[in-house]
Amino acid sequence: MRIKNVRAYYAAAPDPDVKAVDDVSLAIYEGEVLGIAGESGCGKSTLAAVISLTAAPPLYIKSGELALDGEVLPLAGPVRAPAHWHGKMVALLPQRALNSLNPTARVRDFVVDVVRAHDPAVSPREARERAEHRLEQLSLPPRVLDSYPHQLSGGMRQRVVAVVSTLLDPNLLIADEPTSALDVSSQKQLVLLLKLLLERGFIKRIAFITHDLPMLSNIADRIAVMYAGKLVEVAATTEIVGAPQHPYTQALISSTLDPDPRVRQCRLEGIQGAPPDLRYPPSACRFHPRCPLAMPICTEEEPPLTGTADHLAACWRVHEKSREATP
Amino acid sequence: MTAQAQAPLLETQGLSREFGHGQNAVHAVDQVSFRVQPGEIVAIVGESGSGKTTLARLLLRLLDPTGGRILLHGQDVTALRGNRQLREYWRKVQAVFQDPYAAFNPFYTNRRVLGNALNVLGQKMADGDKLGRITRALAEVGLEPGEVLEKWPHQLSGGQVQRVMIARALVVGPELLIADEPTSMLDASLRVTILNLLKDLRERHAMSILFITHDLGQAYYVSDRILVMYRGKLVEQGPVEQVLGNPQHEYTQRLMADVPLLRGRGGWAAAAAPTAPEG
Repeated sequence: MRIKNVRAYYAAAPDPDVKAVDDVSLAIYEGEVLGIAGESGCGKSTLAAVISLTAAPPLYIKSGELALDGEVLPLAGPVRAPAHWHGKMVALLPQRALNSLNPTARVRDFVVDVVRAHDPAVSPREARERAEHRLEQLSLPPRVLDSYPHQLSGGMRQRVVAVVSTLLDPNLLIADEPTSALDVSSQKQLVLLLKLLLERGFIKRIAFITHDLPMLSNIADRIAVMYAGKLVEVAATTEIVGAPQHPYTQALISSTLDPDPRVRQCRLEGIQGAPPDLRYPPSACRFHPRCPLAMPICTEEEPPLTGTADHLAACWRVHEKSREATP
Repeated sequence: MTAQAQAPLLETQGLSREFGHGQNAVHAVDQVSFRVQPGEIVAIVGESGSGKTTLARLLLRLLDPTGGRILLHGQDVTALRGNRQLREYWRKVQAVFQDPYAAFNPFYTNRRVLGNALNVLGQKMADGDKLGRITRALAEVGLEPGEVLEKWPHQLSGGQVQRVMIARALVVGPELLIADEPTSMLDASLRVTILNLLKDLRERHAMSILFITHDLGQAYYVSDRILVMYRGKLVEQGPVEQVLGNPQHEYTQRLMADVPLLRGRGGWAAAAAPTAPEG
């Protein structure tokens, strides 16, 4: 799966458009969990809407293309997902997914509706059996199928929705802050469930979007960090956590508090200032007004993504360093 | 607990709050007893529904307890009634809430919000004195009065509004600040600056802070002592290192095992298949 040069803006007339996602290119490989991290307003949920083809006005896609499983889909203009994509190619697990179950129907009836909406050829009995079998494979109690949503806990509902939304074995699952409404124990169970879905091959890849870096470091193979609509760094999780290159990633990592005696010893600094208004993004590097390492060029020219294919960062400092290293 | 030489600032004895009656009764806060010393930062942690916020509302006297007592400087404040008596209490105990945008009237400028906060002092104050206090409180939280006073909440960023909320509590010079999830609506980079602010306030004014959070990392960073709540009960309390480093209660142990860590421990074992605690 690959997206290229995606620009997605919110029309905000009479003001200029909000440039929520600006020229982002990413790839998610088979069997991989790609984490997309960033703070509120960095464009990560907009990116989820773009990839899941659920962009609706005022959000519009200015340019970009999506390649999935050998098919290339231009994203600009009014996009309609090919009929065979729905639920099978891309599935979405949003933050409030636990509330998407039908409160007046048993879970099994909901499952039948979902499966048959995508494939009317499946009989209701087959759909139920498929769900039952899937729950068993994932060591979840099949009796949840006979329950009404209010009889299940929030964590269990979220897990049930995760299972139901992947019943059709989608190629890509987009999980947009799926854990933020849950307590830590349910969070862990959901993350383990998603990993299991991937391991068993029910889904091929996951885009896991969150602001919660500790959570992400426990599930993602690679992490892409976004700031103000731009991709600022992409690398393996261990690299992002252990050797971040971009000043924003560094600040983000160092302001993360683990419950560990070491965090008490030192005083953390955080980042001064606030994210920019994306109607009027800063010139060139969008992080420069808050960056402690900003140089003149940072206000003049946009930094390119530099580094090796395994570790890319968009920062002039990094660019300079890599040029010194390879004269 | 070890004998404390100092008299506690705040103490609760068997504090309880029930909602509903008979079979349907929910014990939101159940026989909770603890003390807060002057100048101490105490964290209350627990998952959603554990009774943290109900406890905060009881301590702020926004909600009447159904059992137990609250003592401030050794005096029972549970029986305080009416605006006049409670105002006196609120001069000493102030609050910072989770959602700053919900806590402020969106039609009031920050000047009006901060000015109204001074009404709790119950005395006529010259405009100059008022402004002096407000300016000092804003400086305390790192805001420029000229930049924020004439603005409405929606014109400020989340971090700034949260600072205004802290300034609102500070204008009356409280002895105890009850901060209920003050950072959970903020981004990680801003979160640390608010936590630092709370630490600084303690340093400068020897203010006691009751810091309510579900985030163990934050509790570890700011607090001296920690109270763990589970289903309305206080299941464990003690110095932070002791409670989180060597948890005794089963719930605290599970919490520590389940919390995702950025550094150390590595990933959660994927082999451990998720099990359902209930159906």
